[in-house]
Amino acid sequence: MKGLQSDILIAMGAGAGTRPVESAVSADDSPVKNGRRLQHAEGASRPLHSTTAREPQPRGARIRGNHRVDQTEAAARFIAAPQHEKMHDDRLWDLRTKRDGQMHAIPEWEELRALASAIKEHTLTHLDQYLDEFEQNARANGVHVHWAMDGDEHNQIVHGILRDHGAKTLIKSKSMLTEECGFRSYMARVGIEVIETDLGERIQQLDNEDPSHVVVPAVHKLRGDVAELFATHLGTDPADDNVHHLAEAQRQATRPLILDADAGMTGCNFAIAETGGITVCTNEGNADLSANVPKLHIASVGIEKVIPRLEHLAVFIRLLSRSALGSPITQYTSHIRGPRDGGEMHVVLVDNGRSARLALEKFWTSLKCIRCGACMNTCPVYRRSGGLSYGATYSGPIGLIIDPTFNRHKYSSLPFSSSLNGSCSNVCPVKINIHEQISAWRQVMAENHELTFVKKAAMKAAGVLLAHPALYRVAIATADSALNGLPRFAIYSRLNAWGKHREVPHAPRESFHSWYKRNRSAS
Amino acid sequence: MRVGLFVPCYVDAFHPQVGIATLELLERFGIEVEYPFDQTCCGQPMTNSGCHPESAATEALFVRNFEKFDYIVGPSGSCVHHVRYNLDAVEQTDAVRKVRANTFELVEFLHDVLKVDAFPWAEFPHRVAYHNNCNALRGIGHSSMSELRVAPFSKPLDLLRKVRGIEVVKLARPDECCGFGGTFSVFAEGISSKMGHDKVQDEVRSGAEYVISSDSSCMMHQQGCAERAGLPMKYIHIAQVLNGASS
Repeated sequence: MKGLQSDILIAMGAGAGTRPVESAVSADDSPVKNGRRLQHAEGASRPLHSTTAREPQPRGARIRGNHRVDQTEAAARFIAAPQHEKMHDDRLWDLRTKRDGQMHAIPEWEELRALASAIKEHTLTHLDQYLDEFEQNARANGVHVHWAMDGDEHNQIVHGILRDHGAKTLIKSKSMLTEECGFRSYMARVGIEVIETDLGERIQQLDNEDPSHVVVPAVHKLRGDVAELFATHLGTDPADDNVHHLAEAQRQATRPLILDADAGMTGCNFAIAETGGITVCTNEGNADLSANVPKLHIASVGIEKVIPRLEHLAVFIRLLSRSALGSPITQYTSHIRGPRDGGEMHVVLVDNGRSARLALEKFWTSLKCIRCGACMNTCPVYRRSGGLSYGATYSGPIGLIIDPTFNRHKYSSLPFSSSLNGSCSNVCPVKINIHEQISAWRQVMAENHELTFVKKAAMKAAGVLLAHPALYRVAIATADSALNGLPRFAIYSRLNAWGKHREVPHAPRESFHSWYKRNRSAS
Repeated sequence: MRVGLFVPCYVDAFHPQVGIATLELLERFGIEVEYPFDQTCCGQPMTNSGCHPESAATEALFVRNFEKFDYIVGPSGSCVHHVRYNLDAVEQTDAVRKVRANTFELVEFLHDVLKVDAFPWAEFPHRVAYHNNCNALRGIGHSSMSELRVAPFSKPLDLLRKVRGIEVVKLARPDECCGFGGTFSVFAEGISSKMGHDKVQDEVRSGAEYVISSDSSCMMHQQGCAERAGLPMKYIHIAQVLNGASS
């Protein structure tokens, strides 16, 4: 469920829907200062020029049915593409830095986080009540409300609405929920053309890739990758990777599709029980186009998106874009309360595993998530891996704790793709204890026999060794002599994970234990 | 005051000088320090991997070794964090609760319990960068964290500022994890190493001659990366610097 859109192109100053007003002015009367141009955090980012030869884009995790996804394998390929990895790390760290700047500008920042967390926890523990209230008020506003148990039901309901209206083309704004539901591939099967209107998401759609980030879905791509993609799909010059040209080409190609679409779809950032309205946050204005240009508007809403009152919205709006992109607010915060004149509006409320998640004692607070992506931006593992390495709808820290609720076996190794450094929990605007939940998931995986054989065997052996001082002493002595006695090629073999990219520690002459015995102990 | 010296397994095996410095430093303040011979590890490697049952016997051994002390002090924020917050694989008896409550990391013991105001013997005439171990930083609160809007403070830097001749320089990403992460360092070696190499680059760019930390585990990882990259960065534990090591 998603509203903030942007990507590497936007980051370099070329939003599809927003064109800066240029004029020759003095420094004191710059477009930023006189308010004619928003100082957009992304727009202020420095361009990242690549000077060396084009590097092929590393692709995501290898998906083989229900097999366990190996995030580290895909991450290794991402790291082996240094231009992509460095741009990705720099870009997301830049967002994290800007987020810190926004935080320091708000004295009550920590109070806001506590408030946001409390509102979400209250709502989630009274979810049935607020969903009922939302449904009643939405119906009173003339909105058709549907309930979907899972992704398939969501897709069928939407398909039914489109069929009833004879709609063949659908424009939509970005939504992580529809990614969960496998919406685009379903619509392709039933012969309905879906056009993503978020620039980054459109890039991903054309490339037949999932979004790699909840807010900046194409952030793992270099502009050269986009130039190549647009050359294939939009007929642009493959050698022209000027971001303004690329954005304009996409804008020109998509605009007619928007104007002629039979129906429009949006996600939802917040559903307000008190008013029955929904709020969608975007930086490109594409949710407004999707909701208002066609006569038929369908909004897909995860049931955890509901908040009790309109005044609560202020808390979340202040936190969302600051946490996500380090900008004070998204360019567009669209409040939609009912159908446009002569139009029709539908809201599909989707569970898709949320009720079951709500019942998980250690993990239910993951439902507080407002999909800002701050945990991904700060995560040192995510920044080096690329979001597609996770092979799941959600990547980064929030993905590690949500993905296993969709498929415990397939995503069983994801919770191990973390150094448990805890930065994610600190940046989370709704105070989800993300790193503690990652740790708790590891325990669940071990209890459910989802650890790899090597991992389990190593831990079992370590557990025995470390519980027996005499065995441990022998092992320490052996480890020292083994390191000292083995030739280098044996220490740095492929079997030694430590030594692949690092030197092994120098074994000292003696352990602390034997030093103490020799120097301090009478015995 | 009876203090039990907790020497984590990798300090015992690979960095005995850190254990020695911790012992000597505590003794300089007139503390009676005892080293229980049968200690091995706190159990973190197993619980860190989700294997709590495999950790139970090790945790029980830890408690047996240390229950008689008023304070348990160890030179590792990571291990102390485990004992204080995650020693859950064993039944929570009075002895377990006592050990958990009385276990301190060296820096916080010096800063918060002993409230040391001088290290007259310590001089370290070098330009240094400080590496925050993530468990020391975010787990047991060594310093203010860059992600939170709180008043800045740093216990390790408070102590290091009392060392003559030391010059502390800033890293571009002071709170960024170096990628050690316990078993993460081998089970996700590619990502772990990349994070380590990036950390070393940040340290080199800072102009530091030495990197100081309260955790030998992070430094063992970073030193391995620095050596592989052929970079001359030197790593030293804060216990050694506070105990008067000059290089």
